[in-house]
Amino acid sequence: MEFKTEQTEGVTVMYVREDRIDANNSEELKTEFHRLFANSTKDLVVDLKEVLFIDSSGLGVLVSGYKNASTLHGTLKLSSLQSQVKSMFELTRLHRVFDIFTTVDDALHSYK
Amino acid sequence: MKNNINIDITIPSHTRYLRMITTIGEKVAQEINCPEEVRETLSSQLAVVLTEGLVNAIKHADCTDPNKEVHVQIKVSNGDLFVRIYDSGAGFDLEAIPEPCFTSCGMEDKGRGIFILRSLMDTVKYVRSDSGNVLEMRKNIR
Repeated sequence: MEFKTEQTEGVTVMYVREDRIDANNSEELKTEFHRLFANSTKDLVVDLKEVLFIDSSGLGVLVSGYKNASTLHGTLKLSSLQSQVKSMFELTRLHRVFDIFTTVDDALHSYK
Repeated sequence: MKNNINIDITIPSHTRYLRMITTIGEKVAQEINCPEEVRETLSSQLAVVLTEGLVNAIKHADCTDPNKEVHVQIKVSNGDLFVRIYDSGAGFDLEAIPEPCFTSCGMEDKGRGIFILRSLMDTVKYVRSDSGNVLEMRKNIR
């Protein structure tokens, strides 16, 4: 799984460069979360603009990251959900748990 | 025009085949006689159902040996969509799987797959037998 990460005013932005997050690759995302949180990241925005498909394994890894961030008194926020991904968050009610933004800029603005 | 479709696929028990099974499901949905907007929703839902069902067979039915195979049947008949996923693993008790927690307090990483299947399909059954197990799902698409 490919990622691009940037630091903006103390917030880490992770761009997921895959069209799917499923049971075949979700562990790679989990490993990347662990790496970021172990390297002093507290506040993380995960941009899912390129992700067209997610399954319950992918949702589970995002939940895991959310809980890791909370344990560190930080946050994990999401941006740019495509229609299938948005539907899965709504189906599993996770849209009530996560802070979800239309764009990365909107997500970053929420920290100000 | 009759619109009956019956597809049988046998694949190795490995998650690397998820993308392929998803694509097949989307193609099948495109051939179903129904309004365009319904077809698009059905295509997306069938992709999810096949993925969750296959992962269930591979991971949760204890069929993790990649030398084993999973058999997937997609059938459209008389206004119903049937998906059957056959595994040769140890199986599991469908009724013993609880609903996931819907709040951040007590929220688990796992346990949403069966809930998703039950939400998207009209019926979900897991039938166990000595010769293997089958996850049987039906959805009315009339």
